[in-house]
Amino acid sequence: MADVTITVDGKKITAPAGTLLIEVCKTAGIEIPAFCYYPGLSLQAACRMCVVRQEKVPKLQTACTTQIAEGQVFFTDTPEVVQARKATLQLLLGNHPLDCPVCDAGGECELQDMTFKYGAADSFYAEPKNHREEQKWSPVVYFDRPRCILCYRCVRVCGEGMDVFALAVENRGSSSIIVPNVPAQLAPDNLAQLDCEQCGMCIDICPVGALTSGTYRYKTRPWEMNHVATVCTHCGDGCKTTLGVRSTSDGSQIVRGDNRDKSGINGDFLCNKGRYAFDFANNSERITQPLVRQPNGELKPVSWEEALTYVGTKFAELLNTHGGRSFGVIGGNRLTNEEAYLLQKFARSVLHTNNIDHHRTADYAAFAQSLAGTAGRGASLRDTLIAKAVLLVGGDPTNQNPATAWNLRSNVRHNGARLYIANITEIKLRRQARAFLHVAEYGYGALAEYLAGDDSTSSSVTPDSAALASFRDALRSEESLLILIGNELRGAELKRLIDFGLTIPGAKFALLADYANSRGAADMGLLPDLLPGYTHIGPIDTADPASRIALEYHSPTSPGLDLLEIFDAATVGNLSALYVAGANPVARYDVDPATLKNTFIVVQDMFLTETAVLADVVLPAANLYEKSGCVSNSYGDLQQVKKAADRAGVRSDFEMIVRIADKMGADVRKLVPFGPGSNSEGISADMGQTRGAESGEADRHAVWLTANNLEPRLSPFDPSAMLDEIQRLVPGYKLLRLQLLSGNDQHLSPAAVPIRDDAGLVQISNRRDLVLPANDTLFTSGSLTRYSASLNDLQQNQLRQPIIQIDNKTVVD
Amino acid sequence: MPRLVSHPDEVIVLKRRFGQGAAKIDRYIALDGYAAAQKAIAQGKDAMPGWIIDTMKASGLRGRGGAGFPTGMKWSFVPKTSAKPKYVLVNGDESEPGTCKDHMLFREDPHAVIEGTIIAGLAIGAKTGFIYLRGEYRTLLNIMEHAVADAYARGFLGKNIFGSGLGFDIITQTGAGAYEVGEESALMESLEGKRGVPRIRPPFPAVVGLYGGPTIINNAETIANVPHILLMGGEAYCQLGSERNGGTRLFSISGHVERPGVYELPMGYPLRKAIYEVAGGILGGKELKAVVPGGASCPVLRADEIDIGLDFDQLAKCGSMLGSGGIVVLDETVSIVEFALRTIKFYQHESCGWCIPCREGTDWIKKTLTRVYEGGGAKKDIETVQYVAENMMGRTFCPFGDAAAMPTLGFVKKFRKEFEDYIEGKKAGTPLMTEEHILVGAGH
Ligand SMILES: Cc1cc2nc3c(=O)[nH]c(=O)nc-3n(C[C@H](O)[C@H](O)[C@H](O)COP(=O)(O)O)c2cc1C
Ligand code: SF4
Ligand code: SF4
Ligand code: SF4
Ligand code: FES
Repeated sequence: MADVTITVDGKKITAPAGTLLIEVCKTAGIEIPAFCYYPGLSLQAACRMCVVRQEKVPKLQTACTTQIAEGQVFFTDTPEVVQARKATLQLLLGNHPLDCPVCDAGGECELQDMTFKYGAADSFYAEPKNHREEQKWSPVVYFDRPRCILCYRCVRVCGEGMDVFALAVENRGSSSIIVPNVPAQLAPDNLAQLDCEQCGMCIDICPVGALTSGTYRYKTRPWEMNHVATVCTHCGDGCKTTLGVRSTSDGSQIVRGDNRDKSGINGDFLCNKGRYAFDFANNSERITQPLVRQPNGELKPVSWEEALTYVGTKFAELLNTHGGRSFGVIGGNRLTNEEAYLLQKFARSVLHTNNIDHHRTADYAAFAQSLAGTAGRGASLRDTLIAKAVLLVGGDPTNQNPATAWNLRSNVRHNGARLYIANITEIKLRRQARAFLHVAEYGYGALAEYLAGDDSTSSSVTPDSAALASFRDALRSEESLLILIGNELRGAELKRLIDFGLTIPGAKFALLADYANSRGAADMGLLPDLLPGYTHIGPIDTADPASRIALEYHSPTSPGLDLLEIFDAATVGNLSALYVAGANPVARYDVDPATLKNTFIVVQDMFLTETAVLADVVLPAANLYEKSGCVSNSYGDLQQVKKAADRAGVRSDFEMIVRIADKMGADVRKLVPFGPGSNSEGISADMGQTRGAESGEADRHAVWLTANNLEPRLSPFDPSAMLDEIQRLVPGYKLLRLQLLSGNDQHLSPAAVPIRDDAGLVQISNRRDLVLPANDTLFTSGSLTRYSASLNDLQQNQLRQPIIQIDNKTVVD
Repeated sequence: MPRLVSHPDEVIVLKRRFGQGAAKIDRYIALDGYAAAQKAIAQGKDAMPGWIIDTMKASGLRGRGGAGFPTGMKWSFVPKTSAKPKYVLVNGDESEPGTCKDHMLFREDPHAVIEGTIIAGLAIGAKTGFIYLRGEYRTLLNIMEHAVADAYARGFLGKNIFGSGLGFDIITQTGAGAYEVGEESALMESLEGKRGVPRIRPPFPAVVGLYGGPTIINNAETIANVPHILLMGGEAYCQLGSERNGGTRLFSISGHVERPGVYELPMGYPLRKAIYEVAGGILGGKELKAVVPGGASCPVLRADEIDIGLDFDQLAKCGSMLGSGGIVVLDETVSIVEFALRTIKFYQHESCGWCIPCREGTDWIKKTLTRVYEGGGAKKDIETVQYVAENMMGRTFCPFGDAAAMPTLGFVKKFRKEFEDYIEGKKAGTPLMTEEHILVGAGH
């Protein structure tokens, strides 16, 4: 639309014709109050708070529905306008309980803020207020009717945003009420309830305290918490989240997860896991003391010093007697990049072994190799919100990558994006799809072949050859395509699909995975046959920059054992030591405990998992919310993780690795390049002008110093020392420190190095079982599930629900 | 059930077939029925739409639903071509207290509504018309459905109407009993099966209406006028009325009059005569206290304000409205406090609740007036009621808010003394009004 100029309060403002006045004003710094308006949701014109005076128009106009046109003149702050807003507030407050002192929203309430601004607190009505009891709609959603101001935001975010439509307005006039989708008569205990995805978006979006969260309500006051912006640990989308933290006798506890500043890659969104499932951290089963197995077979709590000395001595001894090849190291998907990098560096340069792997939830190795030599082909999560056309093969974002699903829905709704889906099940996102292709079981490989032009595979994809043909035709006609790939596609299949995609000039790719740092674990080289940045292990060629890491590490130059081979080695008695950091392979890969009885096992974890109970030493670990560093989501969007909570007795994986190396007698300074800031490579010319969202005036200097690597890395436990090395050595991780420290995301496109033919890579196609996705649903999160009270409650709740399905396939009969 | 009434001063256009069994299609045809539609078709495909709209413009007919918007002009706003189907929507939700004229039309002359709908469709190029009846008008729905079926059987509706090669369908529909769905955009929502809540405008229905297609929405009386106008000619119809107010109108006169009923009077007819002559004067020879001139939403007139002509402009000039033509007459025994309460009770009950000022405002006025009525009032309550009503005016999402606030303001401003006396214990009038008094001019 062409630009037009309007006048607001005497100020000339230019903006595209047709823009909503309320948005134009916001950009110009003129505040228009609004309850019902919410960017991205349909317009309501219901609350009448946004009224303004428009010249030559008889009635006050609502800024939320007024589309601007050339020459219009508005006044937003006249006595008449102020009076109208005040009167509307008075009317609302007349029936409002005004229980602010106990309301969860107190201090964060839009009604409070507006009353403060317009001074409408004087209530002149003598009549009693309408009262109704609070209702529990689900383990996580509570409703306090009297506080509801009927802005309909919850109804819209649930319907339009989530495509769930679990909330609605019932009755009319002053009896109007927001109701959930399971009426009392159909509910097991005769209380109305919600059968939905339990994302809590309705709570988030409620301007008042009418919808509150079951996990947070009446726990604290907002100003009594510290608010720490970090990244959700649960899925590969890596939503930015703000944790509300309170101090307790044994550390500090997370009491709330929300999405306060909405500045992250997830925009407005957070799913139920991001919002509630931080509570595993507070689980009483957490280990808070190191445990060492005694001759009688029991695990006994010991001091940190004793445990670490024991591990260090034992590792050194086994290394001496059995050599690095008898070691196995397994990392996790919720370690930070710094930790993952450190773990593999420790394995390779201290334990001298390439027997290192992690619980792979998607085949990032094949993904990176397929894109080797290309540039700019990696998609960001942000692309899912703007891409004109999207192909989704496999996966089920609604359950496994909820933020991706949210973005795709928004993109279809707002921009009319064309979404093409091929899946073996009728995933919910098909409702937004322009074309949905029902793929036969095991048909993704055939689909990739077919898309690439091999018509002979048609019948293995689907019996409906016409649908298949038109699906391919539609894709071929796209000029650019965002290709999202589920973790079902691996190895050669994955490569085939990417090869097809590469024929579309503007195609970009992402491989969807399960956990916060699944992608980072692979990027950082927790792989037996690839070094960080998917560079090859050997043979070393000093002239080849891709050999830089191998050169520095002095590590073995042939591939090590992968995760399954490590356990195979144990079975035949060839595994002297197993070191596991943040993974539960025994349960995940169904390992027979008996095979490990002659192996010295060290496990770093929060809980006594199936793997930890077999260990000789269990070291209590901090979780992602209790440490600092960075993570890379499925898309390669890098974000900072900030320490929010703390738990007495636990240590970060980073610190544990360093201390074990130290106890082994290794040169810790070589492992973690700490010391006075010496790394001046890439000092930014930005003199600290671009302060990030989270740096206040006071730490301007600190941010700049840190951002430019000028701060001394004071100890070997400082992850930023490790990040220096990652930045220096890992291809694709040329990140902007300032961006990271400002709490902003940045998209990295690891420019995978073409792999040499003689590199002896593990062919995932033949080892499909190496990749073991968690296949999480909305209410699970791998092994963490059972330690999260809220996820357990939600699963229980789901089981006792009546018949409405999230997918709307079955409806109440 | 409104009875058939008549008076020599009436000018009969719409009531021509009342009481003559015209619900039967043969009877209707015998009384010039469906001649207007055929006359329109006879103009030839190309000339027809223009001819109809020009005739309507010339007739000076203004919408009978309440707002009085010129009908011909409304039809001319519909775009000639449209990607989406166009529709005609007949508003028979008639729920304004004091109004029962559409009721008479559906009962006495259903084919006139059908024929008017067909002609409206021909004028804008619509293929489908909807006739939406108030939820409580169940018996009338039967009559309408019969009439529609008969019209299909004769080929007046269907794929090839009157052998013209043009198709037109009519679908009847009822509401679930909400006043607010009489508001045109809420009407469309209701018809589409959604909650009866208004839509944001623009876009206006003539451009984006029912199911997203260009739609004209007219009151049933407006539509029933159309065949008559085409037969008698626009100018002839226009001349029956007053300046800028063409034709005649059905007035529902109810309350304390000797002969309540629906009378067809020329626009501009004197209100005093309508009460004292046409309706036979005040019941039992009592004194007149006040008149609500156009349905419950129109500000009340005191007994000394009734020397005025019944048309849109004259009533607007004196601060009230002609509205839907429902004249409610109150005699000296009526307590205005109670009447005001009864009125706001209706609006509080019928508010759709979408927007804050209307939903909360009607509720607070009702609560406050209830307390006043029950003897617990204080003088400042009058201010509260006035303050709330003034702050609803012009601030709500749809005109309902004004419709509730305006009469309230009328009562407290024009009868403030009575409120004050009532509060001080000198209650004026004895409680009299029952729901029947207000809704239908039955009474005796
Ligand atoms: C609250 C409210 C209720 C209304 N109820 C009716 C009604 O019952 N019947 C009607 O014809 N118009 C009603 N209207 C007016 C309609 O919105 C619309 O103006 C009318 O149907 C247009 O037809 P007309 O131009 O023929 O009058 C109502 C308007 C409002 C604001
Ligand atoms: S519950 Fe909250 S979001 Fe929903 S309508 Fe009420 S105030 Fe608005
Ligand atoms: S979508 Fe993924 S990253 Fe975002 S809140 Fe949910 S689980 Fe966490
Ligand atoms: S004014 Fe508002 S609450 Fe009242 S009927 Fe109209 S939209 Fe509904
Ligand atoms: S924000 Fe405009 S009416 Fe609510």
